[in-house]
Amino acid sequence: MDNLQGSKELYQRLALSENGFVFDPVSGQSFTVNETGIELLRLLQKSADIQQVQKALTDIYEAQPNELERDINDFTSSLSELMS
Amino acid sequence: MSNNKLTVAITGMNAKPDNPGPGLAVSRCLTESDNFSGRVIGLSYDALDPGLYLKDYCDVGYLLPYPSSGDDAFLERLTEIHEKEHIDVFIPCLDAELPSIIRLNSVINEMGIKTFLPTAEQFRLRNKDKLVELSKLAGIDCPRIEAISNTQFFYECQDDNWTFPLVVKGLFYDAKIVYNPEEAIIAFKSIAAEWGFPVLVQEFVKGGEYNLTAVGDGEGNMIGAVMMKKMAVTDKGKAWAGVTVLDNKLYEASHQLIKALNWRGPLEVEVLKDTKGNYNLLEINPRFPAWIYLSHGVNRNLPMALIKLAMNETPPDYEDLKPGILFIRYAQEVIVPMSKFENLVVNGIND
Repeated sequence: MDNLQGSKELYQRLALSENGFVFDPVSGQSFTVNETGIELLRLLQKSADIQQVQKALTDIYEAQPNELERDINDFTSSLSELMS
Repeated sequence: MSNNKLTVAITGMNAKPDNPGPGLAVSRCLTESDNFSGRVIGLSYDALDPGLYLKDYCDVGYLLPYPSSGDDAFLERLTEIHEKEHIDVFIPCLDAELPSIIRLNSVINEMGIKTFLPTAEQFRLRNKDKLVELSKLAGIDCPRIEAISNTQFFYECQDDNWTFPLVVKGLFYDAKIVYNPEEAIIAFKSIAAEWGFPVLVQEFVKGGEYNLTAVGDGEGNMIGAVMMKKMAVTDKGKAWAGVTVLDNKLYEASHQLIKALNWRGPLEVEVLKDTKGNYNLLEINPRFPAWIYLSHGVNRNLPMALIKLAMNETPPDYEDLKPGILFIRYAQEVIVPMSKFENLVVNGIND
């Protein structure tokens, strides 16, 4: 599989339930995320542009931009590893 | 549907939890299908195979002589059973019996028993020692593999850039992961004793295992593909739980293989997706897998499709495969009166 980190295709294929259960129909992997994770995944499903996602999260959470950017990168990197 | 009153004979009715035969699952697919109300004749090599005693899935059970007894003994026994049961379709489910059954296929067909099997050439081409060539056809990678006949290999292999752990495999069944020459030799002897020579040695690749099962129509078409990721495995690496997936690369690779071989009959393609996302061809099994009941669970009842093809009918068009449907295997006991067991041991039948 190609490296899908930052790929809109990867995020959009994920089945995401209200309670944070996530299933990838391609890799068969499933996992749970917390409320912040749900929020982030929903944003990534709309746009894989990290800058846009970061801006949207800044409006929701009180966090420094560089801190948010690092957290988003960590999250998408873990996700990509899990989905490959 | 014309096949609702057929008598179908199925082998592989063993169901050891760590490595069950596919026969019982094939029978469950048939007997739980709304389109089947025929009879199932279970055929086994061991009187302790539980499928022979499960009346919901096996109307009558018979013992067969082991394949090592020779073609004549097998044909004689099949003829006896056929005279009593009037078998319409025969679905063999075990790797070890397939070479002789494929060899005898035309005789079996002349007896009036229909089959839908690969040819001897197709069967040979998917052998485990042909995996490198097959992986090229499929457009995916293949772990390095070598057929060996003595244990000296394990002391010298590191000079030839092999590194432990390795996978030691039988030509038909069984695979053990070994971490040093001593473990490898124990595995080699155990596998050789059970499955004969050569023994295969394969590079160990870490990753997740994905399997596809389907039926090839003999004209290059792949019918009713069901793909699953193994979620839990037994000590022998057999699926204990799995989930359906939609994996285009596995689908395309399998389709290419079926097309290139003009595969006729059921098959299972096993691939391993390594941690970098590369696909590695592990095996092509020339039969339904033990997890075939999942095909019924996703409305792609492949044993029913096979019967259609054997009867020279067209299998149905299926809806899209649903991802996210799990199977979780479990073990349970069947209670058997001694008289039933005795009848199988002495007369070779449980009716």
